[in-house]
Amino acid sequence: MSHSFDDISAQLKGRHRKSARLKWISMGSLGLAGLFLLLFFADMLNRGLPAFQQAYVQVELNYNEDAQRMGRAAMDPEIAPLVSRSFERLIPGMIRDNPDLLGTTEQRWVLANSEVDQYLKGHRNSLNEAEQAAIEALVDSGQVALKFNTTFFTNGDSKMAERAGILSAVVGTVLTMLVTLAIAFPIGVMTALYLEEFAPDNRLTQLIEININNLAAIPSILFGLLGLAIFINFFGVPRSSPLVGGMTLALMTLPVIIIATRTALRSVPDSIRHAAFGVGCSRWQVVRDHVLPLAMPGIMTGSIIGLAQAMGETAPLIIVGMVAFIPDVGVSFTNAATVMPAQIFTWAGEPEQAFVEKTAGGILVLLSILIFLNATAVILRKKFERRW
Amino acid sequence: MQTNQLIALFSGSVLLLGLVAFFLGRAKAARVRAEGTAMFAQPDQYAWFAVLATAGPALVVSAAGAFLMLLLGAEIPTPFLLAASLVVAAVGLMLGMMQVRPDFHARQAIERVIRWVLVGAAMISILTTFGILISIVFEAVRFFQIHSFWEFITGTVWSPGDSFLAAAGRGDESSGGGASFGSVPLFAGTFMITGIAMLVAIPIGLLSAIYMSEFAPSSVRTLAKPTLEVLAGIPTVVYGFFAAITVAPIIVDVAGFIGLDASYNNAVAPGVVMGIMIIPFISSLSDDVINSVPDSMRQGSLALGMTKSETIRDVVIPAALPGIISASLLAVSRALGETMIVVMAAGMRPNLTANPLEDMTTVTVRIVAALTGDLEFESAETLSAFALGLVLFTITLSLNLVSVIMIRRFRDKYRVNNL
Repeated sequence: MSHSFDDISAQLKGRHRKSARLKWISMGSLGLAGLFLLLFFADMLNRGLPAFQQAYVQVELNYNEDAQRMGRAAMDPEIAPLVSRSFERLIPGMIRDNPDLLGTTEQRWVLANSEVDQYLKGHRNSLNEAEQAAIEALVDSGQVALKFNTTFFTNGDSKMAERAGILSAVVGTVLTMLVTLAIAFPIGVMTALYLEEFAPDNRLTQLIEININNLAAIPSILFGLLGLAIFINFFGVPRSSPLVGGMTLALMTLPVIIIATRTALRSVPDSIRHAAFGVGCSRWQVVRDHVLPLAMPGIMTGSIIGLAQAMGETAPLIIVGMVAFIPDVGVSFTNAATVMPAQIFTWAGEPEQAFVEKTAGGILVLLSILIFLNATAVILRKKFERRW
Repeated sequence: MQTNQLIALFSGSVLLLGLVAFFLGRAKAARVRAEGTAMFAQPDQYAWFAVLATAGPALVVSAAGAFLMLLLGAEIPTPFLLAASLVVAAVGLMLGMMQVRPDFHARQAIERVIRWVLVGAAMISILTTFGILISIVFEAVRFFQIHSFWEFITGTVWSPGDSFLAAAGRGDESSGGGASFGSVPLFAGTFMITGIAMLVAIPIGLLSAIYMSEFAPSSVRTLAKPTLEVLAGIPTVVYGFFAAITVAPIIVDVAGFIGLDASYNNAVAPGVVMGIMIIPFISSLSDDVINSVPDSMRQGSLALGMTKSETIRDVVIPAALPGIISASLLAVSRALGETMIVVMAAGMRPNLTANPLEDMTTVTVRIVAALTGDLEFESAETLSAFALGLVLFTITLSLNLVSVIMIRRFRDKYRVNNL
């Protein structure tokens, strides 16, 4: 024997070392994935949180004759350049609507323009040193300050960063999701009911099953092509509308709801069906009165997850034109609208520095809604899950 | 009257007729039963049958009419169509009421109707697939009538140029450069970014799955799996922003540090971010597959004196390989069709290069670019989006099918039911 026990135990030690190494490497890659997630959220918070604050300037508004034509005339010429042009444009209208204002003065906090805003937040801006010093002086005297940004939640889109808000996109998302749910939920549940409870196991059923699995894996942009070619060009559904966006997303969400519903139906034990058949129920009565109520929590969970997925989807909506510029909040299923991801996409394409923060702010709003939806789904599942 | 009002009026009338049908049907059935005759069904079931008989045919007639108008361009005035549907509803109501008699199986009739409604719902998913196929194929065929299929597949220059002028009937204004649609650079870019994504996703995803299924205590596992799934739940537009604004500058800095020149629209940033997004697709499915490798195989290997890592490498992974490959194929198909990350972080310029630090574009970017502009729908560039879509559809479909077949084989081999 050429091998001594020492040799073998040394070899063994090496093998065990290798074994431990695999454990550490694999643990490291899981850690790496977790680190990515952490970095990502830190980056988004870092970029997005400033968007919830906005610079405001305290100005003395002097509603004089000139201000009827040019809003800027109402303000101190030294402070006027700091004020958002969007507010200046409002002043003539304010005087027209309320002629009593003419000749009066008032102190008021108004939106500052985005350069001042970016300077206060320490971001890149195009102000020169003299302007920066002037702002510093105003900050010290309490006439310029960062306040909570209500504009972001009460306004639609705007080309001026300081006035841009997410409300029109939120409304558009809600409308689109209503259409999606109204179409995908009933059809999805009915398809799953047919496949699980009614269908004979024949070629057609297998075809439908393969087809559903395949639909779940088709790139989302192809659904956009379908929406464009069939819904818009063929059926004449208005372009950019929540209706066409919702219909397109409904087709995408359908497989998610079908698969979740089938799993939920399958987890209802057969003894329930046998008992119901035993007392003389017809198939539909069994399903409606016994199987469906028991499967409902699972179906709801699946639908919420599908909805959250649809809510974050952008590509097919861009194809059907839902990247419209929507400054005013409108509640209509057939008018042009935008949705949150599309709004984020639009803002991400704006060259101004101030829009980077708006984009990240919009992302934080979207992520919060998605986290809320998914948490609801998890709680629903935890609360109503039943082990048979 | 406007169409909207007409439709509202129509729906209202059908609803009203349905209600009438329900109460009349129930009253009649109750009366018959009170006379002492034994009936095949309950009064409520007769009532529901009457409702179905009233509303069903009316809805079918109006839907068929609407479809005829859209499909065949038949000129049916909307008020006339809706009035006709209402007449059908009234006739249905009368017929339904006549059916309320002791020897009629109302419950079975309802059952049959419901079954057909469910079949109809199930057909929608098939119609969707056909819809996608038809919408893409028709427009793609029109594209291939203008430009040769061979040139599209093998050409190395993608420059739509001023092809839109020809579609607008101003072909004579074109600068004569001529448009060429060679899709090779687009697919090269797509495969490059997909390749980078896979380089990130497959090792990290697979190793994470190995850790979760073979090493981790169950508490870590129950926490880690949903945490990884969060990566898949983040909207792609958010990843696109992350790639463009955070990752791309880092890549440029790092490349500059080594002495390489990188574009801000380089292929590495979208590739890496896409890889991060895809990690859970691979880890989740691989974890399930590794878990369903029978324990007897591990026990056998350990009993022969193999160490844990040797068991994993030589026994568990080879056994789980079909499932792992299937997961990777699904991930590739997901990466090929991914749109928002590349639209926001990759370039717009078709560029045939092997250097991932240069900007390059992908198939999905060109589809979006062609369909979001103000181009005439008939222009060659718009139609080219459908041709690209057709190729994308074919590739992802075949990847999905291969993946399904492999996982089915794995399932049959180890008799696992939960995959």
